[in-house]
Amino acid sequence: MMDRDNFEKLMTEVKDFVNNKVRPFAGKFEEEEAVPLSLIKEMAERKYLAAPFPAEIGGLELDQVQYGLLTHEIGKGCPSVRALLTVHTSLVGQTLLRMANQEQKDKWLPLLAKGEKIAAFGLTEPDVGTDAKSVQTRYEKQGDHFVITGRKKWITYGHLADVFVIIARNEENVSAFLVERDRENLRTTPIKGLLASRAAYIAEIELNAVRVPEENVIGNLGQGFSYIVNTALDYGRYSIAWAGVSLAEAALEEMVKYARNRSQFGQKLYKFQLIHEMIANAVTKVQTAKSICLQAGEQRNNNADEAIMTTTIAKYYSSKIAMEVATDAVQLHGGNGCCNQYPVERLFREAKIFEIIEGTSQIQQEIISMYGLKKYNRK
Amino acid sequence: MSARQKIREYINSNLVVLDDEAEFEDADNIFQKGYVNSLFAMKLLNFVESEFQCKVDDSDIVISNFSSVDNIINLVKKKKDIEE
Repeated sequence: MMDRDNFEKLMTEVKDFVNNKVRPFAGKFEEEEAVPLSLIKEMAERKYLAAPFPAEIGGLELDQVQYGLLTHEIGKGCPSVRALLTVHTSLVGQTLLRMANQEQKDKWLPLLAKGEKIAAFGLTEPDVGTDAKSVQTRYEKQGDHFVITGRKKWITYGHLADVFVIIARNEENVSAFLVERDRENLRTTPIKGLLASRAAYIAEIELNAVRVPEENVIGNLGQGFSYIVNTALDYGRYSIAWAGVSLAEAALEEMVKYARNRSQFGQKLYKFQLIHEMIANAVTKVQTAKSICLQAGEQRNNNADEAIMTTTIAKYYSSKIAMEVATDAVQLHGGNGCCNQYPVERLFREAKIFEIIEGTSQIQQEIISMYGLKKYNRK
Repeated sequence: MSARQKIREYINSNLVVLDDEAEFEDADNIFQKGYVNSLFAMKLLNFVESEFQCKVDDSDIVISNFSSVDNIINLVKKKKDIEE
């Protein structure tokens, strides 16, 4: 955990970084369909890519609440930039930190921390989304290597990454492998025509009998789903929970700015009661979602048993309210909200993604409802 | 409370089926029965490490070590003396 004074100083720096180098250019990144490599390099130099890692491997040692707050600030600037933290730092980095063996940690974590290697998580496939346990990518043992064949789709930062965590199966066994980009017969293709996350190098990965050595297996063979995927998705859900808050807050800020400046019927929009309703609802939703995220962060810091469930609730709620607040933000902007000259148009599209990634809202509802049926059963 | 009781109680509190639909013996595979979901694998690992104050070796992080009350007891007994 970083001490309070240093964390406050860090957050001031992060806000300056986001306000000067990220948020004003989020629309441009989207048009160019790429977060600039120079920006990623600067994030690495500032140690943001290693924010929750220990100092000895180049990290800032942020605890889970602090890392959430950093994710929140960067997410307010640009979801595609924040997505790098989600996949590189949370899904891959934190999972390796927790589940990889010492040799893998020693080899990869310093490289990820410095941004010398960018990582992505290869779980989803053309025919396998929510039913993640049914991955069709196959592996088989050949001598002292594993041979992996299959396709992964919608892989965030997939077209940029230097190394992938690839989830594959052999009969009923699901395993996780570290697969370097320069392995023979691995190819990535960027996916165009996306609703959002257009600057996040989203790609399809083709593995055509890619050979990886035994030491690239993460955790124990055949335990990839129970331990690696579940660990990664838990970190991912926590990251997306904060991403939802950040997007909703960014949309709220745009609402407020517009309501205070735009006039209709001879008075500013903020004078109208129905605008008050929208802003009041948005403020309440943003602050409620942030509170749940903070609660999840505290529980994660304490390794509390409820942490996984609170994280699930936080992800479900903040992604839901991000969509609601972004929708109201467009509504408040009227015709202007339907044009990319105003950030709310992009925020509205970006918000939808959060209800789908890292477990759809419907899957979260399934999990939360069973929890509720037991927890709130009055005997 | 014995270790066995603590484990049973913990599993019971995390079932994804309602209590009156779930009956299991100590030897039953709770994952195969569908009584818990895959998220529970990580929770069980955390529970064992914190409840019994032991570090599960990397090589022991396999679902079969956590799939039944008996298997969890055997895993913990590898690490420390406990009263079943």
